[in-house]
Amino acid sequence: MIELEGLTKRYGEKVAVNHLTFTVRPGVVTGFLGPNGAGKSTTMRMLLGLDHPTAGDVRIDGRHYEQIRHPLKYIGALLDAKAMHGGRSAFNHLLCLAQSNGIPKSRVAEVLDTVGLTAVARKKAKGFSLGMGQRLGIAGALLGDPQILMFDEPVNGLDPEGIHWIRNLMKGLAAQGRTVFVSSHLMSEMALTADHLVVIGQGRLLADTSMADFIRENSRSYVRLRSPQQERLRDVLGQAGVPAVEAGSGILEVDGARSELIGELAAEHHLVLHELSPQQASLEEAFMQLTAESVEYHAHSDTGPPDTNGWAGGTGTEAVSGGGWGEQWAREQRKRKAGG
Amino acid sequence: MSSGRVLVLKSEWTKIRSVASTVWTLGLAVVVTVGLGLLISILVSNDFDSMNARERLAFDPTAISFAGMGLGQLAMIVFGVLVVSNEYSTGMIRTSLAAVPQRAAFLFSKIAVATALALVVAMVTSFITFFVGQAAMGEHRASLGDPGVLRAVIGGGLYMTLIALFSMGVAAMLRSPMLSLGILMPFFFLVSSILGNVSATKKIGQFLPDQAGQKIMQVVSPLDDDTPYGPWGGLAIMGAWVVVAVLGGYVLLKRRDA
Ligand SMILES: Nc1ncnc2c1ncn2[C@@H]1O[C@H](COP(=O)(O)OP(=O)(O)OP(=O)(O)O)[C@@H](O)[C@H]1O
Ligand SMILES: [Mg+2]
Repeated sequence: MIELEGLTKRYGEKVAVNHLTFTVRPGVVTGFLGPNGAGKSTTMRMLLGLDHPTAGDVRIDGRHYEQIRHPLKYIGALLDAKAMHGGRSAFNHLLCLAQSNGIPKSRVAEVLDTVGLTAVARKKAKGFSLGMGQRLGIAGALLGDPQILMFDEPVNGLDPEGIHWIRNLMKGLAAQGRTVFVSSHLMSEMALTADHLVVIGQGRLLADTSMADFIRENSRSYVRLRSPQQERLRDVLGQAGVPAVEAGSGILEVDGARSELIGELAAEHHLVLHELSPQQASLEEAFMQLTAESVEYHAHSDTGPPDTNGWAGGTGTEAVSGGGWGEQWAREQRKRKAGG
Repeated sequence: MSSGRVLVLKSEWTKIRSVASTVWTLGLAVVVTVGLGLLISILVSNDFDSMNARERLAFDPTAISFAGMGLGQLAMIVFGVLVVSNEYSTGMIRTSLAAVPQRAAFLFSKIAVATALALVVAMVTSFITFFVGQAAMGEHRASLGDPGVLRAVIGGGLYMTLIALFSMGVAAMLRSPMLSLGILMPFFFLVSSILGNVSATKKIGQFLPDQAGQKIMQVVSPLDDDTPYGPWGGLAIMGAWVVVAVLGGYVLLKRRDA
């Protein structure tokens, strides 16, 4: 179990991670989501004791990373595929890691086989493609057969077969009861892998929820209707206080998940329905909704210069001043929850 | 020593033996030191007959055979710098510190392994250089049994080792290989010897690490020598510089984000 408490990191003026508090539990894949520059990698580096937190604390089963003896046997991490000496062979790269933590040499060949790099084990890492480097990094994470695994954007550079493989690998590891913490900015990818979601933006926690709950709370659900008696159907629904809007090509849409009510109303008034289907926006759409707000925030902002690098959150002053789309989104969430 | 420390030493040994730069830097140090030492020994001994009495009095065949070290030490500097700064320039440092989060254990194991290797290579180089140089000097040669000669030859090995160790400390502070080499190479090749030999700056210059350390390789003192320290005193001054550099490297590594 990984526990973060008020974890904060400042780089000069820039607040990269802002008072993060959440827990990563064993037995599930926890997705760590946020746009570029949200602070995911920084958070992971602090977890591994690489960067010192400005404030707050992060503990792994109650201990700081530096207090763990032979940490590779306890927690395996893929941070950056390029975090290795290119002049060293894949085998020797893993061997020096294994030796430092008292992991038997035989394990090196095993993990090389697991990630499919046996054929190039004696080749220098600098000749590796991005995907091969990524696989070698994953091999390093698996080396000590740890109970906790952490991957920073593991699918980066992998081919479709590789993506499929890492997805199953992570699910398999979680199914064995391990803690799997994986970052991404691809919602669609997380939808296929993660059971739990932690979303951050500009260093702040936006959501900490199960995948299903996240979708339910953040995507618009509506009912799609088709009927040969469209006009009458609209009138009936309107009188019952269920407004329907035309969505083109003979389709009506009703906000909310109210298919039972609509079906009963239609039956009561002897209306023919050709379609009555509850719809829910995908996780990708839910995330796009967050994006849209961030874009909106920056477009309408007159307190700071326009953000030119997308949603990286731009200038430090902006982050410090406490604005940002994350804030706005969180506020709306609270409103929504209070209202519904 | 704890078993954990032994494991880290083993791991650092794997690291150092599995990169090409180790072989070429240390190989170059041997070749340049011995080769240049031989060349200068031949030239100087040919010159002996044309020297005057005073010059003959200060003639130091041991020190002359070490003349190649001025250039050979540059390869030792490259070795010391690369061993440490490779971790940073490749990004390996994060993987390394994730495996060994105790930063003292990480840095001091790395430095211990690299220094031990440098010591072996430097000692061998020093003895080869001495014997090859003396062989070239014919009747003017010194022998290991002469007073102070064995001390100078062993001292030559220690000097080369300390140069490498000093470079490791500096690289640990500066992290960038280019910056470290850009400062150390010109400093030890030019700046220091100028400061140590020009009379205006000599008083301070002679306390620089290499100027002080080189004293141990002298068997015969130069004419009107007023150096305020002896051979071991000089090596101790150099040792103090090394301690400061390595501790500086450790303190910064401990404090900084990786
Ligand atoms: N060493 C550093 N010095 C200064 N600023 C930094 C440093 N590391 C990160 N930052 C800043 O902190 C913020 C968070 O960066 P981080 O790399 O953690 O984001 P991320 O969520 O991993 O983004 P991405 O999805 O692009 O990988 C960014 O604005 C970045 O510029
Ligand atoms: Mg990142």
